[in-house]
Amino acid sequence: MDFMVFQYPMISVQACLDGILLGILFALIAYGMALQWGVMNIINIAQGDLVILGGYIAYFMYLYGIHPAWGVIVAPVIMYFVGIAIYKLVINKVVDRDLFISILATFGISILFMQLMNFAFGADVVLANSDYGTTMLFNNNVVLPNSKIFSAFISILFAICLVIYMKKSKLGRAIRATAQNARAAKILGVDTEKVYAATFGINAALCGVAGALISITFTIHPYMGLPYTIRSFMIVIVAGLGNLPGVAMSGMGLGVFEEFADYILGTEFRIGSVFLLLVLILIYRRFKLSRKREYLK
Amino acid sequence: MKNNSILYIGILIFGIAAPFVFPAFKVQLSILCVLIVLATTWNIQGGEMGYNSFGNILFYGLGMYLCASVQVGMFFPLAEWTESGGEKTFVHTPAQFFQGMAVGLVVAAVVPTIVAGLIGYSILGLRGHYFAICTLGLGVAAGEISGGIEIIGAGQGFTTPPFPDVGSLDSRGEFFYFLSFFTLVLTFIAVRSIYSTRFKLILNAIRDNEDKAEAMGIETMKYKIIGWMISAFFCGLAGGIMGGLVGYIDSTDVAFDGREMGVFMVLMAILGGKGTLWGPIIGATVFHIFKEGFWTFFLGWQYVALGVLIVVIVIYFPEGIMGWLREKYPERFGEVIDEKDRKAQVELK
Repeated sequence: MDFMVFQYPMISVQACLDGILLGILFALIAYGMALQWGVMNIINIAQGDLVILGGYIAYFMYLYGIHPAWGVIVAPVIMYFVGIAIYKLVINKVVDRDLFISILATFGISILFMQLMNFAFGADVVLANSDYGTTMLFNNNVVLPNSKIFSAFISILFAICLVIYMKKSKLGRAIRATAQNARAAKILGVDTEKVYAATFGINAALCGVAGALISITFTIHPYMGLPYTIRSFMIVIVAGLGNLPGVAMSGMGLGVFEEFADYILGTEFRIGSVFLLLVLILIYRRFKLSRKREYLK
Repeated sequence: MKNNSILYIGILIFGIAAPFVFPAFKVQLSILCVLIVLATTWNIQGGEMGYNSFGNILFYGLGMYLCASVQVGMFFPLAEWTESGGEKTFVHTPAQFFQGMAVGLVVAAVVPTIVAGLIGYSILGLRGHYFAICTLGLGVAAGEISGGIEIIGAGQGFTTPPFPDVGSLDSRGEFFYFLSFFTLVLTFIAVRSIYSTRFKLILNAIRDNEDKAEAMGIETMKYKIIGWMISAFFCGLAGGIMGGLVGYIDSTDVAFDGREMGVFMVLMAILGGKGTLWGPIIGATVFHIFKEGFWTFFLGWQYVALGVLIVVIVIYFPEGIMGWLREKYPERFGEVIDEKDRKAQVELK
């Protein structure tokens, strides 16, 4: 335990800003998860592994001399097709089944991806260096890497684009209709199978963007996927499905929580504290709901 | 019924004779026993109760750490032991080793049971996928947190007391084999007697429709917690044995290994058939043979194979071996089938 973070206000400011920038990234991943959870009623445990895969795409561009920031455009395109392939191979067989089946199936995909990435890219922790430099704030007391600001900006941009796309385009309307009532949408001529595939593809593409940004700002490693899944799951259950400002807010909240946990408990407990927070949130939610149920009685 | 008793005696004789007949496979057979215990007890709340948990690994890892810590801590300072090289400075005499193991196993079984009881009330109130993800988080959190605690070895792991020198070289394998086999028999008897009581029917009622079960006057929460506690008891015991068998405990790779053991127990139960007595046993056996074959011949690709296996089993074979047999030979399961009805159903398909 180390409470230095409260003794020096500048460290708190640093942690808050870091957390907010990080949280915006989490919110982007969580938005993808909320989308496919809402539409297909599937919880994708492989979400984090899709993120890491997107990160490796950017990292490879970096290795071949292309600036990794272009990964923000390339990764989603590739990941869209990866997502559609996963949907066609696995997900379309579990869409209407028991939820546990889909959790277990995506868990299998997650293990598969983890290991394939381990083979393909090696087990080293890597990062794509963007050479963006840093910004000093508050009399040089707070240091913000420009890459973090860049990634937050790009995340917001993508989120806004997606929201507009969902509102205005034909596919967006079809996706929303399917989310509301798949059967009714089918009757009214929506090809739900295609909508599901597109949803999963869009989710994977969002993961690709987030992954490319993570490879620029933080580090990636084949086994680091699960924490991202858990974080996005947590954000979605705190915010609720289809509540976009909520997703953004709880994403930032989680980011700030993590930074403070990092300072107070130490880095080795960072992931552990995220998982523990998930358990606590679920327990809190359970007691809140049970009180509501009793009230209804 | 008569056939069954012959079957049981046959298995018992095989189990006792196995380490002498196949001396090279002693460790594998012990691991198989542990896997069967894990799958069978996962099935109590996963299959019969319908609460699919990824978090039974929590009790398994807890049992593993507790057993080893007690075994060491009873005679030597724990902190010095884990500070690397403890097992070289301090040597357990045979009497100390077995005493420590006995007390350790009791602690390893009892404490997880209590933990399950304590957290059960808050966690078993969650339904469906919330429960699954919550328990998944619990297992991973336990692994991450135990990886940061110094006294049990933190990141560098914890070497369990080496088996004392009691004369024969084979005695280590035999000891752990009979320990795990005894646990397996104990588990089987316990689970079988549980399944022949009203308790099992209550668990099934909870699985089929919890709200209705509650409306029928069953205190569902009480029974859910008891079910989970039974699971935790045997998981802890299995963990304690496995810790001694492996000889080395690492927080995320051995004890709270959600990617391996945590998924294995779910997979084995599903492969064999959820919600049956024999399903997890058959599933674990088939899975273990398959796994060992794969682990040996495709070294390095085992997780790829595991991932594919999970997806294939879950999508194409969710009813498991027992479910498949039941569909194929319903008469063997004591189900009377109306031929007319069956034909009609086949035509419908």
